[in-house]
Amino acid sequence: MNMGNVLLMRQEVLLLAIILILVIAEIFMPQRKKSNNVHLALFLFGIHTIIGFLSINYGSLFGGMFHTNALIQFFKNVLNIGVFILLLQSADWVQEKIVQEKRGTEFFVLLFSSLLGMYFMISSGDFLMFYLGLELSILPIAALAAYEISKRISSESGIKLILSSSLASGTALFGISILYAVTGSIYFNDIVNNMTSSYMSILGLVLFFAGLGFKISLVPFHFWTADVYEGAPISIASYLSVISKGAAVFILMILLFVVLKPMIAVWDKMLYVVAIATMFIGNLFALRQQNMKRFLAFSSIAQAGFMLFGLIIGNRLGTATVVYFVLIYIFSNLAAFGVVQAISLHTGKENMKDYEGLYRTNPNLSLVMMLGLFSLAGIPPVAGFFGKFFLFTAAASKGYYFLVFLGVVNVTVSLYYYLLVVRAMFLRKSENAIPYFKNKLYMRLGLLVTAVGILVLGIYSPLYDYIFELSKNLY
Amino acid sequence: MDILSLFIIVPIVTVLVLIFTKSLKQARLVAMIGSIIQLGMAINLLFAYLAEKVHNDDIMVFTRDVVWFKPFNIHYSIGVDGISVSLLLLTAIVVLAGVFISWKMFDLPKEFFISLIVLSLGVYGVFISIDLFTLFVFFEIAVIPMYLLIGIWGSGPREFAAMKLTLMLMGASAVLLVGILGIYFNSNADGGPLTFNILEIAQVHIPVVAQKLFFPLVFIGFAVISALFPFHTWSPDGHSSAPTAVSMLHAGVLMKLGGYGVFRVAMYLLPEGTLHWSWFFIILAAFGVIYGAFAAIRQTDLKYINAYASVSHLGLVLFALLSLNLTAWNGAIIQSLSHGLLTALFFAMIGMIYGRAHTREISKLGGMMKILPFIGAIYVITGLAYLGLPGFSGFVAEMNVFVGAFQHPDTFHRILSILVVSSIVVTAVYILRLVGKIMMGPLLTNDVEASTLPKVTWYEKTGLLLLMLPVIGIGVAPLWLSDMIMKSLEPFIHGVL
Repeated sequence: MNMGNVLLMRQEVLLLAIILILVIAEIFMPQRKKSNNVHLALFLFGIHTIIGFLSINYGSLFGGMFHTNALIQFFKNVLNIGVFILLLQSADWVQEKIVQEKRGTEFFVLLFSSLLGMYFMISSGDFLMFYLGLELSILPIAALAAYEISKRISSESGIKLILSSSLASGTALFGISILYAVTGSIYFNDIVNNMTSSYMSILGLVLFFAGLGFKISLVPFHFWTADVYEGAPISIASYLSVISKGAAVFILMILLFVVLKPMIAVWDKMLYVVAIATMFIGNLFALRQQNMKRFLAFSSIAQAGFMLFGLIIGNRLGTATVVYFVLIYIFSNLAAFGVVQAISLHTGKENMKDYEGLYRTNPNLSLVMMLGLFSLAGIPPVAGFFGKFFLFTAAASKGYYFLVFLGVVNVTVSLYYYLLVVRAMFLRKSENAIPYFKNKLYMRLGLLVTAVGILVLGIYSPLYDYIFELSKNLY
Repeated sequence: MDILSLFIIVPIVTVLVLIFTKSLKQARLVAMIGSIIQLGMAINLLFAYLAEKVHNDDIMVFTRDVVWFKPFNIHYSIGVDGISVSLLLLTAIVVLAGVFISWKMFDLPKEFFISLIVLSLGVYGVFISIDLFTLFVFFEIAVIPMYLLIGIWGSGPREFAAMKLTLMLMGASAVLLVGILGIYFNSNADGGPLTFNILEIAQVHIPVVAQKLFFPLVFIGFAVISALFPFHTWSPDGHSSAPTAVSMLHAGVLMKLGGYGVFRVAMYLLPEGTLHWSWFFIILAAFGVIYGAFAAIRQTDLKYINAYASVSHLGLVLFALLSLNLTAWNGAIIQSLSHGLLTALFFAMIGMIYGRAHTREISKLGGMMKILPFIGAIYVITGLAYLGLPGFSGFVAEMNVFVGAFQHPDTFHRILSILVVSSIVVTAVYILRLVGKIMMGPLLTNDVEASTLPKVTWYEKTGLLLLMLPVIGIGVAPLWLSDMIMKSLEPFIHGVL
């Protein structure tokens, strides 16, 4: 193996280097300057994000265990952008709350480790690498979910996440072992050739799907979502809901479209049912939520249901629309979570009732929130509309009109609860509305980027053309 | 820059300038200038269109086509025919009048005018689009500002009304989306590429099964915004809670999108579906006409009366469209224009009366003619035009509609036509009763001294006259307009009949 080959793993190596630099900085930085580590982490990760866009060669390593191509690289960049925005939004929180408890640097180390796990997961060429990536991506997050040690609910959320996720990955592992038993290999390329549709392989598929479905929080594997989001720090909740979900959808897409392609007649029915259940359950439970974090948790469950619209058709159009939707979803959801985080940081308030009259005191925050929610609901001209419309188009292209119909019914239902937040912010007047406050630079940047992204990403059509071009080669 | 894209760009520029305004004075000035430019452009477009049509025989003129999303074959594709030109002019007039009527919008003025201009942007966009995707985008852009407009600046149960209206209209457009996708994926039936372009799809023979399946979806998707019975319930609540300018814009312009969409998309692209389903929807439309008229009689709130009257008159538009002949269609388009102007006038005057007497209850109003003679006079004229008196636009429209509807020889259509014609009498009842009671009746005001009521201001007069002039214009000289519309209808007739 020469150096040229290692360059294929450039993003992974670079991220690992950043993690090591941060660990070293943690050791040698004097205590009173520890908050500089936040700037350091942001700076390094920003560079890393930019470098990610430089083109690299594509191919595989370690005898096919590790594998990369243009689309996978693009998706890693999407994840990077998401994480970078998330870091901008949570930098103030880390500086004000976490650095005081002398745990500032670990936050970044753990977060980046989890991201590294996702890199490996979506780049995996066999089930072993896939499983390692899956585990590496979830374990640090469980620690981070319990990061606000002073809060009991935070520890509860960490425990809940680690217990249920280990159950899920155990299930996935069982499914993988059955698939191995059927095909005699764990390499994706071999599995495609040897896969036959038998009861055994269907069982393997279902178990394996359950494990990944947990990460995407598809119904009926969604029960952990709201509780974990509510207890975890907001930045971790938003990480779980955008980055973690996006990566899991992407690898699920690769596995379904490439590895399990021979069984499409089985899994498209499965996805059909799961998509309907996920949309309805997510939406109906979101209707009555008062806590903003729980509210966004159920909304993100419903959004996952929409993502399946692209997966169900199993072709290039599906790939392009799902990747496009995930990109837009990252911006939209981060806008909403960012505002929740800003308000929570300054006032500690997290309930919808506290948002009443927000527009008259904090117009900019309300506008960003409204943009984010409209984008999640899918209202033109913001980006979310284009993402959803194309997903529906993808499903309709294979004749799933009834599914699309149920989808649009759900869009209308979801519009209701998104408008509830808009109602609180814009329509209501309140005596004790949240007073005006000024965000710090990082937070303002983080919100600005999401707002601009929401406004531009949809209308700017070359982006979709580019993704569609990349989707030629999924694997 | 082409002449049509300006209809999108000018509102966007207006909104961008509005963002930097600081006070009511600045905001309304900017909004007024923006709307005057729009009106100028609309008038200019009308003359340019008439001049262009002399030597250009295309269905759509001033077309422009830019590829937007290449993989889906989505284009930003625009163009106009006589129908869109006249509706664009209507929109420009009502928007400008709406800005004048909102001259004293003290609460969050900047936001109000931004929402208003965004709404008008959506409407302009729908009228110039010939790409289904673009049309759908603009259609939804037109709907969503209503939530804020009614919710923030409305009165009465505004939160409920705003939510109900938004959900029903967005739900309808969601159904429409399925229909549009259905059309899109059948647009390659003759072996061509998939396309969203309306003119290209019209040349394709979409399989009859698909037409029968998707026609109801597209039809209902558009017709809900035209208050098709039984999906009209958002309209009375929405209109009565909305602020004056929003009621004007909504009843005057936004509801016209329904009839326009039904005609341009549902009937034009799915002719077999139209023939298959028209008997069913024409019953609903006819029922809406009669039901709306009778419901209007029983109301005691001025805005509710007008809202139900709109249900009735827009039912007439749908009825005329489904009558499937050229005369009736011509009547439907003129009825859209006429109703847009008249209902905007009504809502404007109701707003003025309410602003002075602080009530909209008929029982508490009376003798307005003596106190506010200007409003009184216009009110009477509007009322007469509304019930179809010759010399005003309402007559031209209804005449065409009924003449067209009667051309069907079969009993089914005859009976329906007779029933629908009878609604004119009912209309006369509620209009004349209103005029008699609140204008001519004994002087009654709600604990306000009659002499202290504020005089009608210059901006109110401007707004009313702006709307009144075209009503008389269409009534006195209808031929050039109906000629222009008739010419544009002819290409459609081959598709449907």
